[in-house]
Amino acid sequence: MSFLRLSGVSKKHGRQSILRDIDLSVSEGEFVAIVGYSGQGKTTLMSLIAGLARPDEGSITLEGNPVTGPGPERGLVFQNYSLLPWLSVRENIALAVDTVFPAWSAAERDAHVDKYIAMVKLSHAADRRPRQLSGGMRQRVSVARTLAMQPRILLLDEPLSALDALTRAKLQDEFADIHRTTGATVVLITNSVDEALLLADRVIPLTLGPGATLAAPVAVDLPRPRDRLALNHDPRFKRLRADITATLLGFNAARTTTLTRKLVLPDILPEDLDQPRVNRPPRRLSEEKREIVSVS
Amino acid sequence: MTALLKTCDALGFTWFIPFIRLARRENPNEQFRQILVNLGVPLLAVLLFLGAWSWVARNVEVSFGAIPGPVAVWQEAGNLWKDHVAERDKEKAFYVRQAERKAAHVTKTPDKPWVERTYAGKPTFIDQIFTSLKTVFAGFLVASLIAVPVGILCGLSNVINIACTPFIQIFKPVSPLAWLPIVMILVSALYNPTDPWFEKSFISSALTVALCSLWPTLINTSLGVAQIDNDYLNVARVLRLGWWKKITKIVLPSALPLIFTGLRLSLGVGWMVLIAAEMLAQNPGLGKFVWDMFQNGSSQTLAQIMVAVFTIGFVGFALDRAMMSLQRAVSFDANSIR
Repeated sequence: MSFLRLSGVSKKHGRQSILRDIDLSVSEGEFVAIVGYSGQGKTTLMSLIAGLARPDEGSITLEGNPVTGPGPERGLVFQNYSLLPWLSVRENIALAVDTVFPAWSAAERDAHVDKYIAMVKLSHAADRRPRQLSGGMRQRVSVARTLAMQPRILLLDEPLSALDALTRAKLQDEFADIHRTTGATVVLITNSVDEALLLADRVIPLTLGPGATLAAPVAVDLPRPRDRLALNHDPRFKRLRADITATLLGFNAARTTTLTRKLVLPDILPEDLDQPRVNRPPRRLSEEKREIVSVS
Repeated sequence: MTALLKTCDALGFTWFIPFIRLARRENPNEQFRQILVNLGVPLLAVLLFLGAWSWVARNVEVSFGAIPGPVAVWQEAGNLWKDHVAERDKEKAFYVRQAERKAAHVTKTPDKPWVERTYAGKPTFIDQIFTSLKTVFAGFLVASLIAVPVGILCGLSNVINIACTPFIQIFKPVSPLAWLPIVMILVSALYNPTDPWFEKSFISSALTVALCSLWPTLINTSLGVAQIDNDYLNVARVLRLGWWKKITKIVLPSALPLIFTGLRLSLGVGWMVLIAAEMLAQNPGLGKFVWDMFQNGSSQTLAQIMVAVFTIGFVGFALDRAMMSLQRAVSFDANSIR
């Protein structure tokens, strides 16, 4: 039995189909990456799993329970962090902890918050506001907030797309660590094939919209822990990357359309240079009192 | 020093900042230029204004006599202050005399009850300022207590917003002078306690202020709430925050800068409305002072009215600055406020 299952899910925006026939099943502890182009419905797919939007057709179940709305058991890490700017790092995480575990004592909750701040290595910045943090630190806070809710499944919606390459690499390693140590089930949405291959057990390309759907999954059988430097020389990694990239580029090639456009000449006629050069208005074809007969 | 800079910035005393920087020897040339621009230009403008005023005062004659120049107005302000001090002295003397009489009465006829009297002198200009301030704050408080919650509801629910829009659109442009008679009639019909806490005139002025200063807060609050970043609301949804917690943790902090913009506008409107209401309704306050001076038509009338005009202006300016500082203090996004 699969842990998270989407069957026949489709979503329209008005009359425009965004996603159609999405079938996905994720088993417990699995790390699945969905790769696709920007603006093709990746974030919509994540909103559907998170319960922030409802599918028009099909069903989504987590551990057999249908998903009908958002909830803390599906921990969503937002693409743009969504930290509350008027709360400090600690308060942002505490808001989540206090809401999700109201039965705990205050001391237990404090300890829980501290534990997750330490997990993302931000203990020194616990009392700062999000404004005073770098992008990478903000994303770490966002991850800590989500993990502190102890979700059954972690949903990462392009979590690193707004970060510089170095911070990105660092956080990718942290995600891999979190997955290894907690055994969490993770669905990652990304536009980076390398990132997907570095982290996931299975990579699923998303076809182009409108009406995007999931293509055939690619199993990533690279041994863990994966070292990004060693991977670059691993022939299996190279082959997988080439395959997935080719699949993604293939979507694009299939969609290439030809455009025919009628070119219109400017409405002006050449000046007669035999005439004396006085200030006269340009001659226009539309103003000439004559008929043009084309002889074929 | 840095703390002092921050305080000046928070209070809006930006013109003072170059002096502090100069004391710290930070790039003196730049600071002198700043002082010249920030302080010199307004000073020059004020001097030009005073000059033009004096010229008009010397050349225009009205039914009350000559228009007072800046010096006459300044002297009149001094006179009003002297009046106030004299009145306070008289009041003090009255209570001293009353205490003496009471002592004599108690020793002479202990069986007869002593009736305490309050001093019945006329309110001075300074008293009128404080009466006006009290009234405007009472009205502003009533307006805020109504406008902020209603604004939040309007911002959260499209249905409520649509329901409220016709009332906002129609009542917002109504002048205080139109509200005043209705308010006065209603107050005298409904407010008749045997032992009143407040004067009727105070209540009708305050309510008129409230009715007119309601709208900026209401509109800005609903705008602020409607503009909350969807991501923050999604956080609330994912966490399944309760209604009250959603309001206090997400909606209010996020809308606070705009709520305070509304409150600041409201207080400004309230202060303007109050003067008109006091004038028309003969409620105590600066407006009544201006009207009384106009009616008694003495040779000092114009000077006294001008003192009142400047006082109204300075008080309004101070209120605005106070609200701005408050707004900066409570807003998470202090840089966005100017």
